[in-house]
Amino acid sequence: MLTYIIRRFLYSIPVLIATSFLIFTFVSITGDPLGRLRANPNITAEQIHSIEHAKNLDKPVIIRYGYWVRDAVTKQFGTTLFGNRPIWPDLKRVIGHTLQFILSAIIISLILGVAIGVYSALRQYSLFDYTATTLSFIGFATPVFWLALMLQVLMVQIYLKWNIRIFYTSGLSSSVGAGHGFHFLIDRIQHLALPVIALCALSTATYSRFMRASMLEVLNSDYVRTARAKGLIERRVIMRHAFRNALIPLITVVALDFGGLFAGAIVTETIFTLDGMGFYFVNSLFASDPYPVMAWLMVVATMVIIFNLIADILYGVFDPRIRYE
Amino acid sequence: MADPILSIRDLVVEFTTEDGVVQAVDGISYDLYPGETLGIVGESGSGKSVSTMSLLGLIPQPPGRIVRGEAIFQGKDLLKVSKRELRRIRGRDLAMVFQDPMTSLNPVLKIGFQIAEAIKAHNPKVKDSAAKKRAVELLKIVGVPNPERRVDQYPHEFSGGMRQRAMIAMAIANEPAVLIADEPTTALDVTIQAQILEVLKKAQEEAHAATILITHDLGLIAELADRVIVMYAGKVVELGDVSTIFGNPRHPYTIGLMDSLPKLTAEEEWLRPIPGQPPSLISRPPGCPFHPRCFLSQGRVRCREEEPELRPIDKTAHLTACHFAEELEGRVGHLAEPVGAGT
Amino acid sequence: MSSEQGLRDELTIGPPGSQYTMSPAEGPADSSEELTYQYGLEVEARSQWAYARRRFFRHRLALGSLIVILLIFGAGVFANFLAPYNYDQINLNALSVAPSWHHLFGTDSAGRDSLSRVLFGIRTSARVGILVGVLSTLIGTIIGGLAGYYGGWADNLLMRVTDLFLTLPLLAVLLVAAKYLGHSTPTKLALLLAFLIWTQIARIVRGSFLSLREKEYVEAAKAAGAGDLRIMLRHMLPNTIGPIVVSATLTIGTAILLEAVLSFLGFGIQPPTPALGALLNEGQDQGIDKWWLVTFPGIVIVIIVLCINFIGDGLRDALDPTQRRVRA
Repeated sequence: MLTYIIRRFLYSIPVLIATSFLIFTFVSITGDPLGRLRANPNITAEQIHSIEHAKNLDKPVIIRYGYWVRDAVTKQFGTTLFGNRPIWPDLKRVIGHTLQFILSAIIISLILGVAIGVYSALRQYSLFDYTATTLSFIGFATPVFWLALMLQVLMVQIYLKWNIRIFYTSGLSSSVGAGHGFHFLIDRIQHLALPVIALCALSTATYSRFMRASMLEVLNSDYVRTARAKGLIERRVIMRHAFRNALIPLITVVALDFGGLFAGAIVTETIFTLDGMGFYFVNSLFASDPYPVMAWLMVVATMVIIFNLIADILYGVFDPRIRYE
Repeated sequence: MADPILSIRDLVVEFTTEDGVVQAVDGISYDLYPGETLGIVGESGSGKSVSTMSLLGLIPQPPGRIVRGEAIFQGKDLLKVSKRELRRIRGRDLAMVFQDPMTSLNPVLKIGFQIAEAIKAHNPKVKDSAAKKRAVELLKIVGVPNPERRVDQYPHEFSGGMRQRAMIAMAIANEPAVLIADEPTTALDVTIQAQILEVLKKAQEEAHAATILITHDLGLIAELADRVIVMYAGKVVELGDVSTIFGNPRHPYTIGLMDSLPKLTAEEEWLRPIPGQPPSLISRPPGCPFHPRCFLSQGRVRCREEEPELRPIDKTAHLTACHFAEELEGRVGHLAEPVGAGT
Repeated sequence: MSSEQGLRDELTIGPPGSQYTMSPAEGPADSSEELTYQYGLEVEARSQWAYARRRFFRHRLALGSLIVILLIFGAGVFANFLAPYNYDQINLNALSVAPSWHHLFGTDSAGRDSLSRVLFGIRTSARVGILVGVLSTLIGTIIGGLAGYYGGWADNLLMRVTDLFLTLPLLAVLLVAAKYLGHSTPTKLALLLAFLIWTQIARIVRGSFLSLREKEYVEAAKAAGAGDLRIMLRHMLPNTIGPIVVSATLTIGTAILLEAVLSFLGFGIQPPTPALGALLNEGQDQGIDKWWLVTFPGIVIVIIVLCINFIGDGLRDALDPTQRRVRA
């Protein structure tokens, strides 16, 4: 088991390195940070050249990559291209906020998704099943950003009609009177509720469909038939044999979904103006500043790789067949 | 003769599919006596597995439906007994060994755990350690080497033959009165089949169980069975003890089956399959289900219109469902020599 | 009939005259296949396509969705004729009006009719979606097919690179790339999207070709001297068509969603070109108390993608009967 974990861990390292190179080249090639300057007729070519030289932009890609890696490791991703603002403190702050948000979404979607999926499988073709299926399909077709917008619209309409605020439509916390401790928590929940709901919809749909399919497959398997033939009570057959086994492949699905949640975060944070990673990313892109963008991508890639590693380990814990590969 | 331990009368099971209603089991009746081994022979689709699985309530009741029939076991009708009662009987009084041990065992649970589970399901007061000890004993009985170590292993660490042994161990764990083995060797290599045969024999003795052996392999029947039922298209077409069926078959299908076996010693150049296809179980024509492929029928009207009853022939316990079975008299089965297992 | 006789002979498999030959006897209907035919049990042979078509049409949801999509896309294509107003036509006397008889979807702050804008937006989105679907399928099939067929280091490289891209959220990658593109026409955006989402289809085709490579008929074709291209086109591609078609269909839906997000965030299609995502962007800008501006374009997107998903599901059922069908 330990060798399995070590092997998976060691495999991640070259992936990380390769990803860093990919990120660097991709962002560098697709963006010309000095584009606006170049377009400005008041700035001479010499001025542009000197800027380029000062920022090492005239060196070949490999060398720039080297500088970037050095900065990333030693100076915590260094500073932004424009304005020389240190990147890491900002990034650290927004990571914390976004993770609160994403992890809540994952946990809620998992609980809901698994419950709905399993129940749909146990009561196949029932009204519940058909309803859940239809809702999932709609969930797949609904853009996350539009759902977020609709939720905002709903809240605004409620406010306009009845003058009550249930959930906030923007910001992480109220700027005034957020309070401490428990009050702070409630306030935060009120602010994050809508974004979490928007993010949850798609994930819940995904997990519930998958769980349903997995559960159905397991319920029809030979070993569940054996479990019944042994005379086990139905509850044990379902919980110990069917449910446990159906849950295992879900680990992979969640791991794969993790990256997508960051995408969802980009969109919801922009709409709800949350001070999170997504918002940070979009702003940096608009500013044509490559370094925060690269730092962001690197951080996300690392988190995804770590998350996948955890998922692999969990899979090995629950499915003994995998350990021996 | 002692009373039968299991009596099945007029069992009819059907499945509703997209293409229509399939008559998987179309009115079968037979008895099982204590201590004997009853073989059920037939092609795929003959209904042999479905008939036994419906005894244990293992047929999913949407698509499937037990239309009518009774199965008297220990004074109760298995088809009408409550779910709770049926669950108690499963695994304790009536146990089943399935065809493919790889898929029939839970891949993420240890073998010992799965065997112990069978024990504890019916003896809840038994402690885990005691159940595990018993599991080791059972593995020893079925001939798994190094049982103390093996008991903590997972199914994928066992070979195919060993897995089947483990399944048999699980089935006899509670010393059932009836053991049903559904194609126990079909998924295994030929060389392993003979070993599993031995295991089955031994398991039977250990548990003092009457056994129903379902297979399409006539060699297995010859080795293990006391009496034989031949099934075709969901019906019993012939029933008798093994020497009679092999030596003096009285149904054209049985004869066809025997004849289709390749023989090493005879000087035949060609294989003799039964011509034609098994019938569709959805829209069955009237009359005998076998008549389109029957060499004896030769288009006779009675075969085409009247379904033959299962009746005794020569006033013995040998039953056959053929209108013209008398004409088969004196036709010696082609199996003058004994057939080895796995042929 | 000679063919029947031939069939009967086939059934014998043995020296003629042996006692188990089905001998022609008097009376009608005495051979197995004649009896089968007589009782109407015979199954006609149909071509694979006919089977697939029949299965698709049995899937009522997919059929209904097909009709709806055709209507919606049709409305987009004929927007010129159907739209009550031009998409940039300003009506100064109807600024920011809620849905009413004159303006079924309301108007925006410049008095432009929302319904007309949505209709034109459908046309743009449909164009992008279909273009992306076709292109990415083409690219993905070619690359995936080559990788799966030839295997080796090229295949490995492909897999590793696509894996790497998986660690990055697709949207992030798209946004960076779209920024590079700047103000883009729908066509350019479509090209961009196609270049970044072909990996999914490539995987499928690669997997299929990889497993088909081991089949005997491929070996036989090789032994007969068939060239690689011929094998791929003649033997492997037809067997992969099912998953390709399903994947292509679903990609159209994905592309429409992606276009919407990109345009909404301001990175894709920008005004004045109408696109559903851009309309939502503008709607948001003009204040969400004017709910009609953000609601209707969104509903249209949902309906379009929903229908495409149902059609994809129906196609999957129709073209891949071997898949253990857990009824959607």
